[in-house]
Amino acid sequence: MNMNPHPQIRLARLLLARSYATPLTIEDIGREVALSPYYLIRAFRRVYRKTPHQYLIGLRIARAKELLRNSDLSVTEICSAVGFESLGSFSALFRKVAGISPKMYRINSRPTETPSYIPLCARLLHGLEDGTDL
Amino acid sequence: MITRLSVSTIWAKDQNEALRFYTEKLGFEIRADVTNGDYRWLTVGSKSQADLDYQLAALKPGGGFTQEDVDHLTRLVDEGKMGSGPWKTDDCQKTYETLTSRGVEFLQPPTDRPYGIIEAVFKDNSGNIMVLAQDKPRAKG
Repeated sequence: MNMNPHPQIRLARLLLARSYATPLTIEDIGREVALSPYYLIRAFRRVYRKTPHQYLIGLRIARAKELLRNSDLSVTEICSAVGFESLGSFSALFRKVAGISPKMYRINSRPTETPSYIPLCARLLHGLEDGTDL
Repeated sequence: MITRLSVSTIWAKDQNEALRFYTEKLGFEIRADVTNGDYRWLTVGSKSQADLDYQLAALKPGGGFTQEDVDHLTRLVDEGKMGSGPWKTDDCQKTYETLTSRGVEFLQPPTDRPYGIIEAVFKDNSGNIMVLAQDKPRAKG
């Protein structure tokens, strides 16, 4: 991963991270960072190896995992809380990304007492920046 | 001083399939599941052992791993040269029957060993070889 991406691309990533639960379009983000949607998608993918949309979905699923593990919200409430409008598409997408359904994910998870992190040995080996997608 | 090992690694050809295997078939729980870009740190663990996690590490190129590295590791997994264990159980026969009914492939059924252990051998969904072991009480006298 490029550790020093262009400031506008970093800003786009920040905007996605802050607003993942709201209905966002690539045009909205492009306007905020003064880049055309076409250029933004290409540049974003070059830096982060994902399109802005893929990155946004990843954030929503990551937040959903966290809420499934550590909250009492229902799956339907979590679906809305992370920015999905359809429970069906949320469940299907969650299963595709996480490997199991939201319900089974909750059943099979141990609640976390502290935030999960990627240990330094793995970050060094894979050239990762500090932190996680959430 | 070093006090304990907290994470051990199991190579997974497909992390999602491995997650299903370890949770649905072995009954493990998810301990950590976080991403950074396209890297996923995914760990599971036995519900009866809270202080040891198993990282289901994706066998794919990236970071320090080249395609050649991945091919080499995959070949070792395919040849049954990678694995983990022994995994302790209180009742090897019962665990064998439970896991078999869930579709786990055993290479060896529970077998009495002269060194005081009952052992069985199974494969995970990737092909890692796992040994299941039950300590037998020592004969008195």
